[in-house]
Amino acid sequence: MRPLLLVSMLATALTASPAFAATIEVTIDKLVFSPASVRAKVGDTIEWMNNDVFAHTATVKGGWDVTIPAKSKGKITLKTAGAVDYFCRFHPNMKGHVEVAP
Amino acid sequence: MFMRPTAALAALFLMSTAPLVLAADKPTDPQIAHIAYTAGTIDIEAAKLAIEKSKNKEIVAFAKDMERDHEAVNKQALDLVKKLKVTPEDNDTSKTLAKAAKEERAKLAKLKGAEFDKAYIENEIAYHKQVDGALETLLIPSASNAELRSLLETGLKIFQGHEQHAEHVAGMLK
Repeated sequence: MRPLLLVSMLATALTASPAFAATIEVTIDKLVFSPASVRAKVGDTIEWMNNDVFAHTATVKGGWDVTIPAKSKGKITLKTAGAVDYFCRFHPNMKGHVEVAP
Repeated sequence: MFMRPTAALAALFLMSTAPLVLAADKPTDPQIAHIAYTAGTIDIEAAKLAIEKSKNKEIVAFAKDMERDHEAVNKQALDLVKKLKVTPEDNDTSKTLAKAAKEERAKLAKLKGAEFDKAYIENEIAYHKQVDGALETLLIPSASNAELRSLLETGLKIFQGHEQHAEHVAGMLK
């Protein structure tokens, strides 16, 4: 393939936003979200790895609600910009924070 | 973990009506294991009663959360005592808990509908508060084995979380 075509294809691939979307990992261990606060962009995915033997949730009041079974994963793709606090509905003493840039 | 379910249940309820009376001496690890297991079992028994009796969706969901979490903690506790070759030892605190829980359960069993729901959730708040206090001031500081202490610390976070969850559910009943 000619170099020019390759470059133009690459450019197309890169400007299509999904290619840039990142997955941000948050670990749950002994009822603690770690890191407790993360920064992301719209389109990024947050994935929680739950190492506990207890089911947890990542829940935003009036917003998203992700169930994370024991020894399992849960994820969400961020659709709106802004800073949100989340908590676990089963153990509301578990708290996390996400800052979502546009 | 190691005790009879009714005894464990009793412990849970005891705390709601009277301060947890602990022996003057620091409990030993085998006694701590017994007390912790008893406390969990008491809440599981209470949850089973609520699942059976309540028609309220929130109460039943909460009770199922309690049953699931406390069974998971107690399983971890049993695995740990097996690994450490510790035999849980019955003691006055466990017995007091068991007795009180039995009385509370008998009281709850007579109630119906919204009355039951209210009494169950209020007892859950009080019970979890009492267990939090016992864990923080006595059981965790007294535990000599590091793994047992770590499990108790996780148990404390679970109990504190349940207390907040129970308060939320109680607020929804009003």
